[in-house]
Amino acid sequence: MKMARVVTLALFFVFLLITSLAMRPFGKPSNTGMDDYFIQNGQAQTGSNNIVTSVVFDYRGMDTLGEATVLFAAASGVLLIFQRAVTGGKHE
Amino acid sequence: MNDVSLIVKVVAYILIVPVFIFGSYVILHGHLSPGGGFAGGAILATLVAMLVITFRDDFKENPHEIFSILECIGMIFFILLAFFGLSSSFFHNFLVNLNGLFGKPVHFGVNPGYLNTAGVIPLMNMAVGIEVFSALSLIVLMLSMRYGGERK
Repeated sequence: MKMARVVTLALFFVFLLITSLAMRPFGKPSNTGMDDYFIQNGQAQTGSNNIVTSVVFDYRGMDTLGEATVLFAAASGVLLIFQRAVTGGKHE
Repeated sequence: MNDVSLIVKVVAYILIVPVFIFGSYVILHGHLSPGGGFAGGAILATLVAMLVITFRDDFKENPHEIFSILECIGMIFFILLAFFGLSSSFFHNFLVNLNGLFGKPVHFGVNPGYLNTAGVIPLMNMAVGIEVFSALSLIVLMLSMRYGGERK
């Protein structure tokens, strides 16, 4: 049983090594059309010197809306569950 | 009952103002430097977490109402800003390059980094900052004050 674990771990490690060697070099994506468009036109179109912020809040604003909604739902769920515990502890 | 040491309290008193200023800076300069609403809101929420750890026993009641209201305000402000651009499309940047509020034009290349740029992006940063700050503070408060309430 222990041998099987060791062999599985070794196989997984070899898999990781092979895939890391087979990846394309860092900083050289296969398709650069989108990146070049953002870098060339991002500042003039959105007025933001930070290209990441211009993508997050302008080009891909819908994704940020989803993120904020997820956080809102998480806080609402925590409030819904723990509000009864807080007020219940106070009344007793 | 009061089992937080004096060192922790003094360090908390010292750190309140710098942490608040740093979080506000990260939110307000989101369109110029790394950071933004999410990161700045998380920094401001660590301030609330620190205050809860330090002064939990001094709270008369759980102040979660104000954070609920602030969270809703941030979310509504964000969605309203998205709807205001509906003249052309949802999430259209309707303030940029108009020389008005946040409307200073920016050209390609290295810029001095004026704050008065980027249209609705700073406003959305503020809305998301308020929302993230309130949500994380609310979670920290509810998860910590529950045990504080049970302890007699």
